[in-house]
Amino acid sequence: MKALRSIMPSWLTGYAYLYLAFIYVPVLLLPVFSLNTSPAPKLPLEGVTLKWYADLGKTPAMLDAAWNSLVVGLSASILSTVLGICAARALTRYRFPLRRPINGLIMAPLVLPEIIVAVSLLIVLLQMGLSLSLFTVVLGHVLVCVPYSVAVLTSGFEGFDRSLEEASADLGETAFGTFRRVTLPMVAPAIISSLLVSFTISLDEFIMAFFLTGTEVTLPVYIWGQLRFAAKLPGVLALGTILLVGSFVLLTFAEILRRRAERRVRAAGAAHA
Amino acid sequence: MPDKTMIEISHVTRSYGPFRALDDATLSIREGEFFSLLGPSGCGKTTLLRMIAGFDTPTSGTIAIDGQPMDGIPANRRPTNMVFQSYAIFPHLNVEQNVGYGLKRLRLDAAEERRRVDEALQQVSLTGLGKRGATELSGGPRQRVALARALVMRPKVLLLDEPLSALDKKLREQMQVELRRLQQAVGITFVLVTHDQYEALGMSDRIAVMFGGRIAQVASPKEVYQKPVNRQVADFLGGMNFVKAEVLAENDASITVQAPGFGKVTTEKPPLYSRNGAGATLGIRPERLRVLWDDATAPHQISGTVVDRHYFGEITHLIVQAPGFEKPLSVSETNNYGADDIPVGAPIRVAYDPDALVALAD
Repeated sequence: MKALRSIMPSWLTGYAYLYLAFIYVPVLLLPVFSLNTSPAPKLPLEGVTLKWYADLGKTPAMLDAAWNSLVVGLSASILSTVLGICAARALTRYRFPLRRPINGLIMAPLVLPEIIVAVSLLIVLLQMGLSLSLFTVVLGHVLVCVPYSVAVLTSGFEGFDRSLEEASADLGETAFGTFRRVTLPMVAPAIISSLLVSFTISLDEFIMAFFLTGTEVTLPVYIWGQLRFAAKLPGVLALGTILLVGSFVLLTFAEILRRRAERRVRAAGAAHA
Repeated sequence: MPDKTMIEISHVTRSYGPFRALDDATLSIREGEFFSLLGPSGCGKTTLLRMIAGFDTPTSGTIAIDGQPMDGIPANRRPTNMVFQSYAIFPHLNVEQNVGYGLKRLRLDAAEERRRVDEALQQVSLTGLGKRGATELSGGPRQRVALARALVMRPKVLLLDEPLSALDKKLREQMQVELRRLQQAVGITFVLVTHDQYEALGMSDRIAVMFGGRIAQVASPKEVYQKPVNRQVADFLGGMNFVKAEVLAENDASITVQAPGFGKVTTEKPPLYSRNGAGATLGIRPERLRVLWDDATAPHQISGTVVDRHYFGEITHLIVQAPGFEKPLSVSETNNYGADDIPVGAPIRVAYDPDALVALAD
C-alpha cells in the first residue's frame, strides 16, 4: 500500500499534464496560427500579422452571421433563463409528485444525441408548417440551453431560506416589494450567470443551427461554410480566436456570479445549521 | 400593569387534512406581558405563533390583536413583528440596512430613520456595528440584529420563534436575561415559543403549556411548576415522582387520598381533575424530598436504600428504593451537605412536606 502510494503520484501527475495538453494545446494553436502571415497553418510561423483580424471587418457575410448569432444568442438566453427560473423555483421550493423524474427530463437534452434531436425538431417544425429561419434556430437553442440554465439557477436558488421572504412581509413589505428588495437581489447573480452561460452555448452551437436555419446563417454555420476554401482559413482562425476568448471571458464571469449567488444564499442559512 | 387584553385567541383550530395542528385553542395575552408558548415539538406552538403573525390562517376560530379582528389581514399589515428561528437576516444587506428594512416603507425623513436605527442598535448593544455585513456576524450578534430589526418597527406585539435554540448554553443564558430586561424596558407584549422549560420559567410572566395541539395549562411559571394540572405538564416541566393513589373523599376544594408510602393525604383539588374510577395520581418534585442527616427526624419521612446516583455538579440525584413504593423515588439534593458522598447501597431517610404533594389529572 505504502509502495503504491509513493509511485502513484509521479505517473499520475504526468498523466494529468498529458491529458490537459491533449485538450488545450490544439485550442491554443488556433490563436497562434491566426497571427501567421502565411495562410497555411504550419509551424514555424512565417511572420506575425493582425491583417486577418482586420480583414474580418471587411467581410459583410461574416458581419451578417455575427449579427444573426447575436440576435439568436440574446433571444435564446433570455427565453431559456425565463423558463429556467420557473423550473428552478418549482424544483427548489415545492415538493410535488414526480419531482425527480421531471427534473431528469429537463436535464436530459444534455446527454441526448444532439443530431437526433435536431433532425426530429426539423421534422416536427416542418410538419407544423413553420418555415426555417432564425426563429426556428432560437427554438432549437432554447432546448439546448434550458438544462444549463436550470442547473445554474437551481444552485443559486437551492437553500433559499423561505423565512427571508416572510421576514420581509413581516416588516410591512408587499409581495411585489419583497420580490424587488429581497428575492431579486439574492438570485440576481444566478440569473445573470444563466444568461451568460446560455448566450455562450447558443453562440457556438452548430448542429441545431445547421439543421434549423433558413437562408440566414449563424457564426458557426458560416465558419463551416468557409472551411471549404483554403484561402479563407486564416480568417476562420481569427474569428475562432475571438469566439474562444469571448466565450472564456463570459463563462468565467458567469461562474464567478454563480458562486457568489450560492455563497449568498448559503450564508443566510448558515446561522441555522 | 393594566390588565388590558392585547391578543385574544378564541376557539382557533388549524387542520391539515385530518390532522389538527392546533385544536380549539382559546387564550388571552395581556398588554405588556412576556408570554411563553411551551411544549414539545409538534404541539402546535409554532403554528399558533405563525397564525398570530399572519403567515398561516386558522381553519376556524378568530384572532384579534388590540381589539382588531385579524381575519383576512396579511402579515405585512399586522401590528406584529417576528424574530425568526433562523433569524432570517437579509444576507445582501449590512446590519444597518437590515435594521432599517421595515422603516423604508414608512417614508420617514432621513434623520428620523437614522435616529431610530441607532436607537434600536443601541437597545440590543450593537452600537458601532451598523456597517458590518450581516453575514460576517456570528450567531449571537445575528440574533441581536433580528431583534433590532423587529423592535425598530415599534410593534404592539413582538413574536419570538425559538430565538435562543441555535445559541450555545452560556450565550443562551445571557440572552435570556437580556431579553427579559429588554422586554421590561420597551414594555411591548412579547410572545415566545420555546420547548425549553427553563427558558419559559425564567423569562415569562405567564406560560401556556401545550401538548398535541391543545393548551393544557395557562398560568404563572411558579404555578405551572408547583401546581401542574396533569401528569403530562408535570413531567414536561422538570422531574416528578408519581404515585398511584386511591381517592377516599373529595369535595369542591380538596381531595383526600390513600397513597402507598405516603399514607393518607389531603390536598388541593386540581382544576382539571376528573375522577378516574377510584384512582388518582399523586406527584412530588424530587427537590421537595430532603435528605435527613444523622439523627434528624421530621413529621413526615420515608426510609429506603440508595440504589443509584447521578452527579450534576451543584446537586446530586439519588435514586431511592423505599418499601411500599412501586417505583424508586428520585431525590434531588444540593451537594452542600455531602449528598454526593452518599454511597450506593446506603440506608437513607428523606423528609417531605405534605403540601408539596399534588394531585394530578391523568
